[in-house]
Amino acid sequence: MRSLVAFLVGGLFGAGLLISGMTDTRKVQGWLDIFGDWDPTLAFVMGGAIIPMAIAWQLTKGRTALIGGAFTALSDPQVDRRIVIGSVLFGAGWGLSGPCPGPAIASLSFGGLSGLVFATAMIGGMAMAPTANRYLDGSPQTA
Amino acid sequence: MPIDWINGLIGGGLIGLAAAIYLLVNGRIMGASGIVGGLVDGSGHHAWKERGALLLGLFFVPAIIALAQGGASTFATSNLAILIIAGLLVGLGTRIANGCTSGHGVCGISRLSLRGIVATVF
Repeated sequence: MRSLVAFLVGGLFGAGLLISGMTDTRKVQGWLDIFGDWDPTLAFVMGGAIIPMAIAWQLTKGRTALIGGAFTALSDPQVDRRIVIGSVLFGAGWGLSGPCPGPAIASLSFGGLSGLVFATAMIGGMAMAPTANRYLDGSPQTA
Repeated sequence: MPIDWINGLIGGGLIGLAAAIYLLVNGRIMGASGIVGGLVDGSGHHAWKERGALLLGLFFVPAIIALAQGGASTFATSNLAILIIAGLLVGLGTRIANGCTSGHGVCGISRLSLRGIVATVF
């Protein structure tokens, strides 16, 4: 049951990414091109996604998940070294080529060689992260 | 209002809905970097079935839509060096920051990291 829900959630997520244009790296580069031909689509995507999620957070108060038991504890929202360094690295990579991890998976089927190379490199980067994290703060990764 | 913006809003709504369902029903945070990364480095192996199922949906549904509409535009660059460097940075960065900026954004944190990105890219 959990897996079935997860599959449907993944499908919705993927459909949303495709419809919103997030799987098209030109949209992302258009968003980052503030001083050029700026494309604000991404702000609409973010806005559209935050609304249902904000409602969901309200609904979690004083309840447990329908089939999942307790809600995953939120990590400390404190802005630390890792958030800044990680976001800067991610931002550089994102600006260079476009996709974040979700769209990278969602576009694997039609992204051709570019998509495959990107996804493989991304997984490589993820495999390196625990080492980098130990170096940065010595605490175990929470995810 | 350009059609792109409307599509963005609709697509964003679907993404948010998916994240909301995952939170309310399964009690988990939907983040592609966390789900893939947890499988890669082993920190998420205890929930591999759920994670795998989500990734299957994430892969197959866009594949079917793209097939139905005769393809979808995607990577602007086919420069392999750029793709490899960018992929490494995205993979490493999202796992150091415990999530991509978009994930942080959807889950409602992190204005600072968005600023970090803009600062980096320019």
